[in-house]
Amino acid sequence: MRKMEHLISINCVKLLIATLFYTCVLSSSVEQKIYVELNNTVPCVRLLNATHQIGCQSSISGDTGVLHVLETESDLDWILSSGPHPPYMVIMETAFFNRSVMMRMKNSPRVAGVAVIVSKTGLADHFSPHTTCPNQNTGLYSENNAPELANCNMTVWNPFGNGLSYEDFSFPVFALKDENQTQVIRKCYEDHNLRVNGSAPRYPLCAMQLFSHMHAVTDTVTCMRRTDLQNRFSINPEVLCDPLSDFNVWTSTRPLNSSAKGHVADESVVIAATRLDGRSFFWEQAPAAEGTVSGIVTLLATIQALYPVTREAPPPRNIFFTFFQGEAFDYIGSSKMVYDMEKNDFVIDLNNVHSMLEIGQIGLRRGQSLWMHSDPVSRRNTSVDTEVLNLMKNVNSAAAGLSVKLDQPSFSQPLPPSSFQRFLRAKQIPGLVLADHNTSFNNRYYESMYDDAENMNVTYPPNLSPDEQLVYETEEAKSLAEVATLVARSLYMQAGGENSRLSNITADPKIVAQLLYGFLVQKNNSWFRSLLPPEVTKKGDNSILSSGPPQFYIGLGPRIHGPVHSVTRFVQYILANLTGSVTNLTESQCQNPSEVNTENKDFFSYFWVSGPASVNGTEEPFCVQASVRLSKAVSPAFELLQYGSRDYSTWTESRWKSIRARIFLVASRELEMLTLGVGVAVLLLSLLVTYFISSKAELLFSSARETPTTTY
Amino acid sequence: MTVAVFFGCTFIAFGPAVALFLFTIARDPLRVIFLIAGAFFWLVSLLLSSLVWFITVQISNKNSASQQRGLLIFGVVLSVLLQEAFRYGYYRLLKKANEGLLALSQEDTMPISMRQLAYVSGLGFGFMSGAFSVVNILSDSLGPGTVGIHGDPQHYFISSAFMTLAIILLHMFWGVVFFESCERQRWWALGAVVISHLVVSCLTFVNPHYQGSLIPTYIILSVMAAWAYLCAGGSLRNLKLCLTCKDKDFLLANHRPR
Repeated sequence: MRKMEHLISINCVKLLIATLFYTCVLSSSVEQKIYVELNNTVPCVRLLNATHQIGCQSSISGDTGVLHVLETESDLDWILSSGPHPPYMVIMETAFFNRSVMMRMKNSPRVAGVAVIVSKTGLADHFSPHTTCPNQNTGLYSENNAPELANCNMTVWNPFGNGLSYEDFSFPVFALKDENQTQVIRKCYEDHNLRVNGSAPRYPLCAMQLFSHMHAVTDTVTCMRRTDLQNRFSINPEVLCDPLSDFNVWTSTRPLNSSAKGHVADESVVIAATRLDGRSFFWEQAPAAEGTVSGIVTLLATIQALYPVTREAPPPRNIFFTFFQGEAFDYIGSSKMVYDMEKNDFVIDLNNVHSMLEIGQIGLRRGQSLWMHSDPVSRRNTSVDTEVLNLMKNVNSAAAGLSVKLDQPSFSQPLPPSSFQRFLRAKQIPGLVLADHNTSFNNRYYESMYDDAENMNVTYPPNLSPDEQLVYETEEAKSLAEVATLVARSLYMQAGGENSRLSNITADPKIVAQLLYGFLVQKNNSWFRSLLPPEVTKKGDNSILSSGPPQFYIGLGPRIHGPVHSVTRFVQYILANLTGSVTNLTESQCQNPSEVNTENKDFFSYFWVSGPASVNGTEEPFCVQASVRLSKAVSPAFELLQYGSRDYSTWTESRWKSIRARIFLVASRELEMLTLGVGVAVLLLSLLVTYFISSKAELLFSSARETPTTTY
Repeated sequence: MTVAVFFGCTFIAFGPAVALFLFTIARDPLRVIFLIAGAFFWLVSLLLSSLVWFITVQISNKNSASQQRGLLIFGVVLSVLLQEAFRYGYYRLLKKANEGLLALSQEDTMPISMRQLAYVSGLGFGFMSGAFSVVNILSDSLGPGTVGIHGDPQHYFISSAFMTLAIILLHMFWGVVFFESCERQRWWALGAVVISHLVVSCLTFVNPHYQGSLIPTYIILSVMAAWAYLCAGGSLRNLKLCLTCKDKDFLLANHRPR
């Protein structure tokens, strides 16, 4: 008997393992009959700050709803009140993605989720999900300082803003960017969900399920508190949210010693700045053409124009170029740099800063004037005012011979949202912000998915190959090159350079055209590939050189998302290419330059780049020495552990487990209940019959012939 | 589809089997053991046939649909033949074990008869076969969706559940008939069992025309049920007596010491 039991127990274990294996391996084939997975999903995620949560959230096991395409007003009625199969999953045509419709959806319990079709057909004349007054709480103007200028009392910068990005939706909102996938969804809808002659469609109906459950709730303070508790007391800590962070990129005409922090004696610096990031309603979608790329391209072209001349005839003052990351989220990069400068933790400090020139949105000038915005509050101080007027004079005289007209807004008009405001919060520095708008943005699609190359009028003639498009000089490229020349000459004069050299400072429209192509249309082009290290260019589709234009959302930084964000990388290596010099170091020497005693790691960075691809495909990488540095762009609130800070950005992004979408058919509730009923009936019936048979077994099976071999 | 469908289909597929287990097998530990051993034998047959099928699929041309279909048919036929072979193997094992059990048991008579063994082993085969037929379908029925987005007919879950019900009961009846025919050396009956098993399995190739596969299967089920009843010692007279509730007198009248 014991041997038998031993055998049986082994059998049971084998049985169990085989069953499990079989089930796991084979469950996908039935699933494929039921679900169609949608692979290109673009969700809207939850972001939190010190006091609120914004964005979208699904329930933990996904939100399911019957599909309905929102094309007309009657569809809206159907979804919100008259349709018989709530909750509905709304497939929203582009024209309906506005504040009024979304707020009605938000307040309705009959909406399970929204999938927005992103296309240019039906796009309204203007659409900006950002607020009307960007960064109003962390700028220069507040209740304490010039309240008449705070909260856009005087000038509404983004009048088309509907604030959708800052609403909190309790249902998932996804974007459908892939035309093929949208077609699949439409076909399912047309096959099963269309109304026939006004009567409701019949089961089975096409439905969609969206998964985007977010782990963080309420606000950053709560989320960081819970994360800290997890980190301290849990064996497997579960982080709920991460602060938005990345890197600022900076360089200077005279290299600065990066190991010496704090005030530098006898150093007077003119800062030229612009922003590196953008955002939109959806996660990691931010083409940010007019909002960001115009500034980046202009500043890069300015640097390219200035560098030869500053090598030959260096001006008395240093010119410090910086690209701030995270400005869309309450000035993350610039507040961090100012904080470091105040704490003497940066290569220069605020007393080294002579003046500042910032490049705002300048892509939509269309032959009109370029506006020089200044801060009226600091200009009440006469010394600052004199400097500002001097700066304006320099800019005006630099425009001589160029086709750029300059203009000033009225004196009492405040600064537009810009990184310069954070510098002014710390110290009254003379400075200007250059923009293509006077009182409100020319950008009708500010911080939205539609702020792309077309918005900036960057279009290429058809039938050009990618390499031809790369070097094709559009009108916009020429216009931006003019502005870059203007800025470069103004900076040179502001830095005290000689006027005789000014005519040598010109921005190359070809470089501007290449930059525009790379940042607006296709980042995987031959020029970018030649600038980047070989391991990046070889990686294929998963690397930062995937196809399409780069997205300018700040992201979560290197700890979470792998190496440095793609845009930061590009700007870093482009600067290395434009301002650096080739050295003949080997690869290992390039990675460890401190071992080579002719190279100075304090003043320069060393980059191992691919070089242009030669005809027969072989690359010859080489080492470039440049004074380009990265500085951390994370909000000081997270260093000071003041998660509820009102002065600094407190934006965090929630974590999630899975984000996906799928479509399938659903059966009616009646059919389900019928199945359950039939099952229960079969079970009861079989129990009855079996009981009956087993109690009468003696009778029923009694007529067996008695033979020696069989026994009862 | 949802939890309702999951429970509905589970009850349909396993209802009779569970009822049989509860009322006739659960009380007797020996029967439980033989049930599980029977299930294990079915599992080993499935393992062997799936091994052969897996190897042939790997070496075949994956792109040719007709070849894949041919391989599937071959796999089904092989699996049926292997199952019946293992049923025969289990029969031989039980015959051998019978003598050992008699020696081990404290009483003079056998604790379990060959008929009961036939029934229990058939049910064991049925349980395992049913589990493998339907468990992955049940797990997918828990999700919110139902079959149909690619044009398949909607009644997939319920049809699978009814088919599984039929298969479990069929295995039980086949077990009874098989063992009885082996006892009495009636090889034609053995052949009939194997052929009916083949017919039922191959009927599933008619799917998705569920009427085409379910109705003949249930007809075969009723035929096998009648045959198994006769093999197990029943007769029409007993059935009539039972149903008209004249059994008390009958038992008293027929009661004689054994």
